[in-house]
Order: sequence, then C-alpha cells, then structure tokens
Amino acid sequence: MNHTDPVVYIAGLGIISAIGNNVAETLDSFEKMLPGMQEISMLDTIHRGELPVAEVKLSNKELGEFAGISPLIPRTALLSMAAAKEALNDSGVELNSSIRSGLISANTTGGMDLSEQFFADFRLDPGSGHLRDIVNHECGAVTDLVADALGIKDYISTISTACSSSANAIFFGARLIRHNMLDLVIAGGSDALTKFTINGFNTLMILDKEFCKPFDENRKGLNLGEGAGYVVMVSEKLMKGLRKKPYAVLSGYANANDAYHQTASSPEGTGSWLAMTGALKRSGLNTVDIDYINLHGTGTQNNDVAEGTAIRRLFSPEYPRMSSTKTFTGHTLGASGSIEAVFSCLAIEKGLIYPNLRFNTPMKELDFIPETKYLTGQPVNHVMSNSFGFGGNCSSLIFSKPQV
Amino acid sequence: MFIRALASISPQPTFGADQLPAESAGYSSNRLACIEPDYKEWIDPKMMRRMSRIIRMGVATAALCLKNAGIETPDAIVTGSAYGCLEDTGLFLNRMIEFNEEMLNPTSFIQSTHNTVGAQIALSVKCYGYNNTFVHRGFSFENALLDGILLLKDNEVNNVLVGSADEITNISFAVLNRFGRFSGGAAAGEGAAFFLLTNEPDPQNCAVLDAIHTFYKPAGADAVVNEINRFLTSQSLSISDIDLIINGMNGDSANDETYHELNRGLFNSQKNISYKNLCGEYPTSSSFALWYATTMLKSEPKPRRRILIYNHYKNIHHSLFLVSSC
Repeated sequence: MNHTDPVVYIAGLGIISAIGNNVAETLDSFEKMLPGMQEISMLDTIHRGELPVAEVKLSNKELGEFAGISPLIPRTALLSMAAAKEALNDSGVELNSSIRSGLISANTTGGMDLSEQFFADFRLDPGSGHLRDIVNHECGAVTDLVADALGIKDYISTISTACSSSANAIFFGARLIRHNMLDLVIAGGSDALTKFTINGFNTLMILDKEFCKPFDENRKGLNLGEGAGYVVMVSEKLMKGLRKKPYAVLSGYANANDAYHQTASSPEGTGSWLAMTGALKRSGLNTVDIDYINLHGTGTQNNDVAEGTAIRRLFSPEYPRMSSTKTFTGHTLGASGSIEAVFSCLAIEKGLIYPNLRFNTPMKELDFIPETKYLTGQPVNHVMSNSFGFGGNCSSLIFSKPQV
Repeated sequence: MFIRALASISPQPTFGADQLPAESAGYSSNRLACIEPDYKEWIDPKMMRRMSRIIRMGVATAALCLKNAGIETPDAIVTGSAYGCLEDTGLFLNRMIEFNEEMLNPTSFIQSTHNTVGAQIALSVKCYGYNNTFVHRGFSFENALLDGILLLKDNEVNNVLVGSADEITNISFAVLNRFGRFSGGAAAGEGAAFFLLTNEPDPQNCAVLDAIHTFYKPAGADAVVNEINRFLTSQSLSISDIDLIINGMNGDSANDETYHELNRGLFNSQKNISYKNLCGEYPTSSSFALWYATTMLKSEPKPRRRILIYNHYKNIHHSLFLVSSC
C-alpha cells in the first residue's frame, strides 16, 4: 500500500445465499459443512429434478417481508435489499446528511425474473403483459430501488461485468472513498436465479448435474446459485467515530482483461495472473504474505485450469491455503465477488479457513490442492479473493487485518 | 484532462465526421435509428459474423476513436450501457419461451451480457488492461467517465478509452411506447460514442474535459440550480463564464419542465441549444452531447470557449459536463 493512500475500512457485512439469510446462519452452515445446493424448488423451469442449484429458500413474498420492501419488485432487488440492509445495520452507521454515502451495486440480469413473465404474454400480444413486470428490467433499476429504500442518493451506480461484477463494485466504491468523494459506500452485488440464466448456462454445457467439484481432476462444471453480499466501506474519519472494530481493510485490488475469448479463459490464465499480480502490487504484499485465497473456483474445466495455472505461476512453490466456497453457495454470478468478499472479511476477523467440499483427486496440471476442512483459530492476516468472468473480465481483491 | 480523440455512430452522419455535419438528417417518425457505416473496414470479419448491431456499433466507434488518436491499444477501457445488448437478450428470451426451454443456441446468450461491448473491444485490440462496464440507467456513461477520470488522476494509466453504446430494438421501442415515453413529443434514439482521455498535453488534443457531476432525484428546479451553481463554483466559474449551454430537452413538455425553468432563470442570458432532436432520447445520450460539444470546440479552438452540458434522464438521473477548448 502506498503510504499516502487513504485507508478504506470494512465496517459492516451483509449476506444472503442458499446457506443462510444472514452472516450468523452462513457461518453456521460452514461449520456444519452444509452446502446449499438442492433440487430446484423455487424456480419454475423444465430443469427441475435435472440440475441442482443453490436457491435462497424464501419466496418473493417472504423475502419482501424479511427485507422490509415490496415483494412485487425483482427478486434480485429483494435479495439486494436484505443483504445491503444487514450490512448497513451491522456497520452501526446512522446515515444522515453529513455523511456522503453511496451505493455501488452489481448484478447481471436486473429484473429478468419479472421480464420473463411479462414476455410470455407480450410476445403473443404486444398490448399485453403487466407493465409493472417490465418497468424494473434494467440492471440499474434494481440499484435505484434499493438506494431509495435505504435513503442513499449521493452516488449510485451499477456495474455489470459478468461474474466479476461485484468485485469491481467493491473496488470502485473504495476508490470513491480514497478520492474523498464519499465517506461511506455500501458495495456489493446481487443476482437471483432466472430461467434466462439457467438456460443460458445450460446451452454452454458447463452445468454439473451433480454437486460441483471445483479444483478436482474429475470436475464436470458449475452449479448456479443466487444471493447477495454487501460490504460497508468507510473512510478513516468515519471509522474513528464508530464504536466498533473494522473487519478488515481493502488493501489491494486490480482488474485486468484476458482478451482471449468471450466466454472462455486463456489456458495460461493471463487475465487471472494480471489481476492477482496487480492486486498484490497495490497492496505492497508478497505472495508469501497471503494466508488464504478464496478461489473463483467455479468447477468448470476451463476456469479451474486457467485460475490454477495462474496461481501456480505466481505462487509456486509456496502456496497459501485456498478453497472455493462455491462448493457451498453455488456460483452466484454477479453476487459471487461480494459474497466471497464477505467470507474473506469474516476469515480475517474470526481466523477461519473455509473448506472446499467434495475434493477427491488433484488436478494433473497443478501441484497444489485446496483445503478440505473447516479450520478455526487460524492466523489469517491477508486474504486474496478472485473473481473472473465472461468477456475476459478478471478481478482480484486483497483484504487485510486492520492495524490497531 | 484532455479528450485526445473521439468518434460517434448516431442517427446523424457523425461516423468519420471531423466537424459537425452541415445538414442534420431529418426524421418524421418518433424513432431515430443510427446511420451505420460499412463495418467491414473496422471489424475483423471473423469476429463480426456473430456480433449483434450494438456490438458492431460499439466496436467500430471504439476502433475509429483509437485510429483518430493514433493509438493501437489503450491502457484501459470503460463502457457504459443502460440497456445492454437488447437484441440478443430479446432473441434468447423469445426462443426460450417459444421452445419451452429446449433447443436453445448459446450465441445470443453469450452476447447478451452487459459487458459484451467492452469485452469485444478489448478482444479486438488485445487490451489486457483495466476493463469495466457501468449499467446504471441515465448515469451509465457518466459513471464510466468518472471511472476513467479517476484512473488518470491516480496515474494508473496514460490513456483510457471511455464510451457508451445503447440500442433501440423493435421490442424495446414497443415496450417504451406502452409507457408513453414517445407520445408527448420525444423521439426514441440510440447511439455509440467513444472518447480517448489522456493527461498528456498534445497539439492533437480536441478539448479539455474540465469536470463532470451527477446528482440523483433533485427535489425540484431550485435544487437543480443549486447543483449547477455548486458545480460551476467548484471550477471557479459562474454562469456568465459559459459560452454555450447544451441541454437535454427531448420535446416532451412534462419531461422538459425543468429545462424550461432553467431557461427562464439561470440560463436566461446564455446561448443555449438542445441536442436530442439530433440523436433522440436514450439513457446514454449525454455521450452524444459530449461528442457534439467536443467536435464544436475542436473545429473552432479560438478564442477559448466553455460549454456546459446539462442533461437529465426521466428527471431521475441528472448530469453536468464542463468542456472547454484547449
């Protein structure tokens, strides 16, 4: 870290996914080694019974009640509200006009769950379909709904870079604090499962019909999931006024492009390597300082070999512990970067290493294996979190234990 | 911060135009479609085959902007798109429902993701640098521009390609019409515009991008006036220092009320023109306004002139740009 760089603190965390509706439930699922994947039960699709997914087990009506917002808005907004609200409450900050606050949120399909319903009628008769189901189609509409409900208006933005979206949202938010444009940013992402997403990934033939096995030689693809994760980032000045300790500081971040293929990673993982290297450089840390890597680890042939090869090139021969928490949450797409950022901060605060479930056989291309046990009481000072996506968008974040 | 080069595809003959078109293309309908170039000259035919219209527009505009700048590969690419790739989204959605989730082809899904334009630009010029896509409705382009400005302020890059692309499709036009968006005098529009920003002084620079500012759901015209005055004060300017105002009036009287109030008040004695008669209304139309202002300043660099752009999208997302001649 550059010494003149203002520090950005993580003061609050919020999460909802298939393994819990808040931070406490989520940690409980990790401890019990309970993954969130099941047969499809919420989404109305022909793939029920055929593809396992990691759904949030609340209906839109229940989610609306839980989050304190109208259940008629897109499910992505309901999930977003639930986690963003938890994060803000957790931070202990009471928003007022003297705090310049922002919401930087990410998602990949906006109000697609409702657009699908609108479209079913509209395509038969352009005069039919409820307009209330299409009015929040845009990704940005989801963020506006949540910003309005939280009372945030100083800076609002939505980022969509496929599976790296919410990692980019977090570090864009951090830069706004560093540049003294904002005092507080709620940053993260949200994505609900939709028929559009499930069918899209299904046509790419990268969905595992069993529970996914990231970084295993016999991996067969990913499981989709849904959820939302948010961090509340605050400036040093605001942090000092809070009667609590920060979870972590965001010490490094970088974004690079693989410039190889729209949906496939280069075999050598050029983009992943550039992102990890860039994040390390910004943090001023060396590879040996990293105690844990939260892998992108989707479980596809392509991702894991590209990511693994890049890690090998950067870290060999001394590897930190690493795991893919997508073995619990499934791949939550636009939410995955921030959900895993929440895990990274909790790992630092509580000294945790999360297990990579269902790992059996090392990949032949790699000379390391992921951690398979849930470990507590670990010295975790620096965590790297990787998020790579379609379009070659690769981002890495580094969270560090705050200096007291 | 300088605008080194720029390019635009719009409902006007702007692609490749070094100056403002002498005559503007007239439209009698309420849907303004882009005048598109022959893409073969600008996009690798192998890549182009799969690209939908918005991707072609974005990639070709970016390619021309880079050519104008004399740069093969920028250090970073930041894109704004409110709607993303609507054509491909509509195609996939339609087929998915029609064929009851069976017999689907991945191409339109692959190209439907919002970062496709930025990704395809990176792929076409082999740019491994920073790449981001903002999708926040009427702030999409403004967010992208701020991202680019911050990258330059941090000296993380020497230059950054920033732009936007949005398309109107038959489906989006029909849906927006049902909301009455184009029945009160406004016309639907679309377009792509890209800008190469740099910190480096150069005789080739087209204009200075002095500042941008966005604000969300202001309480009324008075709040807008306060924001504009604060913005100008932050640049040590007052409204009388502005030589030209470009406003985002779209012809719909309810939508334009804020502009009218400003024209009667703060903007009363300034030269003031509208731009959406040229490009139509769409969430990233402010990128066309910036293209227009920069092209104007580039063609008549002296005496030093300042242009203020004020636009709002649905009275929700408001933005200000200050540009001046080099």
